[in-house]
Amino acid sequence: MLAFLSKRIALLAFTMLVVSALVFAAFEFTPGQVARKVLGPFATQNQVDILTEEMGLNRPVIVRYGEWLGNTLTGDLGYSTLYKTEVNAIIWDRLGNTLLLAGTAFAVIVPLSIILGIAAGMREGSALDRTISVASIVTTSVPEFASGVFLASIFVIWLAWLPGTSPLDTGTGWSLWQQLILPVAVMVLYDLGYVVRMVRASMVEVMTRPYIRTAVLKGLNFRAVILKHALRNAMIAPFTVILLQINYLVTGVVVVEAVFAYPGFGRMLLEAALAQDVAVVEAAALFAVLISVSTQIAGDLGYMMLNPRIRFS
Amino acid sequence: MSNDGIIALTWNRIRLLKESPVGMVGAFLVLFWVFVAIFAPWISPYDPNANDMEALMSPPTGAHWLGTDNSGRDILSRIIWGSRTVFQVAPIAVLCAYAIGCMMGLMAGYYRGWVDDLINRISDIVLSFPAIVLYIIVIMKLGPSAINIVIAVIVISSPQITRIVRGMTLELREREYVAAAKMRGESALYIMLVEILPNARGPLIVDACLRLGYTTIAIGVLGFLGLGLPPPDPDWGGMVKETYAMMSIFPHMSLFPAAAISSLVVGLSLLADGMREISIRD
Repeated sequence: MLAFLSKRIALLAFTMLVVSALVFAAFEFTPGQVARKVLGPFATQNQVDILTEEMGLNRPVIVRYGEWLGNTLTGDLGYSTLYKTEVNAIIWDRLGNTLLLAGTAFAVIVPLSIILGIAAGMREGSALDRTISVASIVTTSVPEFASGVFLASIFVIWLAWLPGTSPLDTGTGWSLWQQLILPVAVMVLYDLGYVVRMVRASMVEVMTRPYIRTAVLKGLNFRAVILKHALRNAMIAPFTVILLQINYLVTGVVVVEAVFAYPGFGRMLLEAALAQDVAVVEAAALFAVLISVSTQIAGDLGYMMLNPRIRFS
Repeated sequence: MSNDGIIALTWNRIRLLKESPVGMVGAFLVLFWVFVAIFAPWISPYDPNANDMEALMSPPTGAHWLGTDNSGRDILSRIIWGSRTVFQVAPIAVLCAYAIGCMMGLMAGYYRGWVDDLINRISDIVLSFPAIVLYIIVIMKLGPSAINIVIAVIVISSPQITRIVRGMTLELREREYVAAAKMRGESALYIMLVEILPNARGPLIVDACLRLGYTTIAIGVLGFLGLGLPPPDPDWGGMVKETYAMMSIFPHMSLFPAAAISSLVVGLSLLADGMREISIRD
């Protein structure tokens, strides 16, 4: 267990190192461009050269990468040219807002997907199963910006029950929870179907096992068979899939946040990318990869604990 | 397996699709949009970029069936031409991603050893990026254009395809017909492309169909985020982006393109599910 964990953490460190080198190479390989971006298109080449010199950008790329990596590791994420402040001053707030959105969506997706997946998988091929299966294919296939448009036209324009934007500012007259409902609904719609299908597949598989037949034949009622025998074993395989959704929910929120003007991590990344704000994009990319790789490790660990037959080496 | 055999088998699959109602609905939706894309110049009532200043921001009327947008452009015509954008970019992108993914996956699974390790490491690194973050970085770096969207799709999809093909190759390389081909002295390339790849086609066709759907979503999302094709040429995501802010007054301008992209992706997913269901049966 300890050996497995240390091996995975070493791999995480290696991945992060390669990713940081890739991100650095993508954005800061050619030094002249950085000074040009700071000074704008009307600066003379001489001014660009002087700033390049002052910022130390004409040193070898390896030296600059080492310095950048050192700064990043000590918590200095650089200066944002878009927001005109330290990246540290905005990224944590944005991450916090996104965690609120992602956490709420996760709290809805997990129980709902388990209930629907179990309901569909307990009798394979039943009308309920087919309805849930087709519905989950359909909802997963609708792009988030499209379901945002559909939901907004019903609940914002037609019924006027909910706000169309979610700036997390209660001065608009809408409470925080009212502002969270539509973004969460869009994320749940897009993500739920996938998890439901995973839970269903696992449940279908478990229902064909001999111990289920034995339980039915010894006269246990169907409800007890599902709750006591099938449920626990059916949850082992989808556990990793469910944990990996954290990855989508935290880093894949770009579209949802753009639709509802939600001040989160994803919208920050998008705005920074559109404004060519390199420091923010670099920091956001590193955070995104860190979150994605850590959830993978957590998923593997949890899977190992749930299923004692599997031992990772 | 001979070429005729593959065609006969594929044809058999298509006929079998009749037994899956869900697959039929999917096939109908996809064929509908293929038809619209092919015949766009003949069925589109207006030039998609022409401005009708008499009917600015008009709701659906007899002259403009789906209304006009804030520049007085006919929404129906823009949706019809927008389907061409999708069908020009998505299949090319998926095909290129498949060419690279299949080759990498075949090599990793066939040679194993250090080739496998190297390819796996590269795939792991690329897959450690969340897809949307990678899309944003690639387009930010290369600039928004059709060819760069294709490149972004290749970067993101080919490692996923590599994994699927690698897994199937590991299994198929132990079959007798591979051993027979080796005995005949066939080259490694021949064995990979002629003996292994055609026998892996079932799951790959289903995956390609789903992937075509994801790619359509990606094109739409990039358009919606302002990272898609440069204006004025119509693309569905970009149409929603341009008009979304005016939704409270003119919902039709965003609703119709959103419905168009949704129906195509739903069609592709249902078709993939129908094909998967049939392939399980035989």
